[in-house]
Amino acid sequence: MSCDKSIDRRLAEKGVSRREFLKFCTMVSATMGLAPSFAPKIAQAITGSQRLPVVYLSFAECTGCTEGLLRSTYPWFDELLLETLSLEYNETVFAAAGEQAEKALHDAVTKYEGQFLCVVAGAIPTAGDGIYGMIAGKTMLEIARDICPKSMAVICIGTCASFGGVAAAAPNPTGAKGVEDALGEALPKPVVKIPGCPPNPINFVGTVVNYLLFGKLPELDAYKRPLFAYGKTIHDQCPRRSHFENGEFVEEWGSKEAEMGWCLYNMGCKGPETYNNCPTVKFNDGTSWPVQAGHPCIGCSEPDFWDTMSPFYKAL
Amino acid sequence: MAQRIVVDPITRIEGHLRIEVEVANGKVTNAWSSSTLFRGLEIILKGRDPRDAWLFTQRACGVCTYVHGLASIRCVEDAVGVTAPPNARLIRNLLMGVQILHDHLVHFYHLHALDWVDVVSALQADPVKASQIANQVSPAGKSGPSDFKAVQQRLQKFVDSGQLGLFTNGYWGHPAYKLPPEVNLIATAHYLEALRQQARTARMHAVFGAKNPHLQSLVVGGVSCVADLNPDRISEFLYLWKETKDFIDNVYLPDVLAVAGFYKDWGAIGGTSNFLAYGEFPQGEKEPESLFLPRGAIFKRQLGKVDAVDVDKIVEHVKYSWYEGDKALHPSVGETKPAPSKLDTAKEYSWTKAPRYMDEAMEVGPLARVLVAYGRGHEPTRKLVDDALKQLDVPAEALFSTLGRTAGRAIETKIIADAMEGWIMELVENIKRGENRTFASYEMPQEAAGMGLNDVPRGALGHWIEIKGQKIANYQMVVPSTWNLGPRCAAGKPGPVEEALIGTPIADPKRPVEILRTVHSFDPCIACAVHVIDPRTNEVYKFKVA
Ligand code: SF4
Ligand code: SF4
Repeated sequence: MSCDKSIDRRLAEKGVSRREFLKFCTMVSATMGLAPSFAPKIAQAITGSQRLPVVYLSFAECTGCTEGLLRSTYPWFDELLLETLSLEYNETVFAAAGEQAEKALHDAVTKYEGQFLCVVAGAIPTAGDGIYGMIAGKTMLEIARDICPKSMAVICIGTCASFGGVAAAAPNPTGAKGVEDALGEALPKPVVKIPGCPPNPINFVGTVVNYLLFGKLPELDAYKRPLFAYGKTIHDQCPRRSHFENGEFVEEWGSKEAEMGWCLYNMGCKGPETYNNCPTVKFNDGTSWPVQAGHPCIGCSEPDFWDTMSPFYKAL
Repeated sequence: MAQRIVVDPITRIEGHLRIEVEVANGKVTNAWSSSTLFRGLEIILKGRDPRDAWLFTQRACGVCTYVHGLASIRCVEDAVGVTAPPNARLIRNLLMGVQILHDHLVHFYHLHALDWVDVVSALQADPVKASQIANQVSPAGKSGPSDFKAVQQRLQKFVDSGQLGLFTNGYWGHPAYKLPPEVNLIATAHYLEALRQQARTARMHAVFGAKNPHLQSLVVGGVSCVADLNPDRISEFLYLWKETKDFIDNVYLPDVLAVAGFYKDWGAIGGTSNFLAYGEFPQGEKEPESLFLPRGAIFKRQLGKVDAVDVDKIVEHVKYSWYEGDKALHPSVGETKPAPSKLDTAKEYSWTKAPRYMDEAMEVGPLARVLVAYGRGHEPTRKLVDDALKQLDVPAEALFSTLGRTAGRAIETKIIADAMEGWIMELVENIKRGENRTFASYEMPQEAAGMGLNDVPRGALGHWIEIKGQKIANYQMVVPSTWNLGPRCAAGKPGPVEEALIGTPIADPKRPVEILRTVHSFDPCIACAVHVIDPRTNEVYKFKVA
């Protein structure tokens, strides 16, 4: 089958212009560090006929990571929902509630055992045997122990699922842990971490596309973050870098220097110690990112940043 | 004979929520609301730099992101005694405005609509007829038969794939669904359209706030985004605002009223008695006088009598919550000492405390704000509410209901969208005459206490801080869903959702979509599921839908 033709047709059915769609594919391939010639293959992977089953679990979280995905514009969230992924369970958008939702989860895990992607948002409370977080009468710890090992791989979306996040900040009242820490050897599956509070949705999409395209997960750094997104520091990609080199620093909010976009190092910027691609992809369809809005980077994609990077307004 | 139903987890909300009700003769006779996750942000904040607090508290919720950030900033500013300059106030108002527009759109289409809209029935619709109806409902909506046909085909293809994804096990075909197939199709098309619109609406947050969710441009004393106060950025914001306003005027508000027309019986279901609004959008330095949406309290549904609010009269009860002690405390001296135990609706059953104002449970949120504004004679509110009542041909009493809550939310979305234009223009005028201050400096005191109030998508939000040795000594948040979804107080009075559920008809205890309608109408910020408990055997049995 000529894939180009079928893609065209499918896109037309969806009312998406081909130009808009290719812009998206190019964007994803750029984020993933692939040559532009990959764009058509990405298009094919994303609109393939069999949708990848995804079980999306929400634990000790704020739903910010899920909301971030809703803001995806490359592709739009409705395309992810209807054409790319098969969202078998997710509490935030699921039509069914209570027992019907529980059943959907159970059925999906049975039907797709070893074939579904398990996406986890939120940390897992482990203190008191997990009593601080319950869903449908079970602790989040029990649920994770049950579901995650049955997946083909676990994607931790956000810093909470990756490293514990805000719930695990000192004194960590609920013993909150990232998924891998909480489960230990009970999780004999590949794990990818997409930290950020919340992460840029394109880093999640890039990871999924990588799988759809190459049949494997992307290359990871020592913390299991995809290198395509977390391979360089913010500082190394920051448009204010020349001000840093020239010793041109902002010393007060709202000052002339702030207006001129000087370096935020003295205001507390954690860019030099933070690995992420914010300066290049930016957020919300490339609209902005913290340093552009004159605010220091708080290091939100690093493990334990709530403790190690704070106080946030103190220079490194 | 009474029967118990448990819904846990309640989906399409933020967080983890469990609802238990008692049903007799087809109606709910008693209800218990439990939130089942504890993270302990207030404990985590102790000992930290007060300037950092907003970044932590913003993570209380990623759906109505921003609001806990702003409440915290206002709270610390109150403690240190600094007032942010007018431009910072305007930018904050605009960001709060965006938050409410965004949140209400997502709530109606993506969190609430599936309780009223049968997606499966949309497959049976006649696209030509759907287009005719759509054009009647909203002449400016601009959808032709081919648009509806395309949506229907897309849906059909999705269903044919056999992978039903998020629509698996919905309550499809339940007799409580009353919309004709064509209206179901229109609503489904707009569900999809709104998914894209909300992403564009959220871009406004990024213009002056770096990103959404979890903005990053506030600082104690002002805002950091001074470099974004330029014509390019402001017109980008203006463009996105206009696009959002078009959607609200031509799609959201007409949709809500059209759907409501088929569910008028819900104008007598799901009401509560008392309402509290802190008010929002300061238009000058004096509060509450300068607030665009007024502050006030209404007791026993007396719309004609809106009382001033005395925040000293707020206390939080913990008798039915998993915390130590049983003293009702004012938030400024509040405690958060978790003491988890087994869930027991007769003893302790929630992580949520039970806030009370003058000993009463108060509903907060869009309906409370609209009622307070209406009672205070707020012109735009009066007009839109009166128009809606007239169009639906229902009495004012219908405001106190699940329907009223849902319509009220759409009405206030329009009121705020309209008001934002003025704030954008004021910002432009300031910049034109060289007023570009965005920050006021301050000294961090050794000891201080402060309070920050705002009224956010889901209702009245308050933060309280105590600073000692320039560090946070105590921090307490009383959040909208604590007000709305809290358990009973020491006196045994139910919380607003518990009260609202009483009297709700349940056609089929195994598929209690009616419970979701009322619970979702509060836009809970916590997550949940339904199990049936037989009171004789105490056995929990689960029920299936579809
Ligand atoms: S990582 Fe941040 S945005 Fe994501 S759930 Fe945790 S607190 Fe929320
Ligand atoms: S603003 Fe931050 S990331 Fe950018 S150059 Fe300065 S220190 Fe580095």
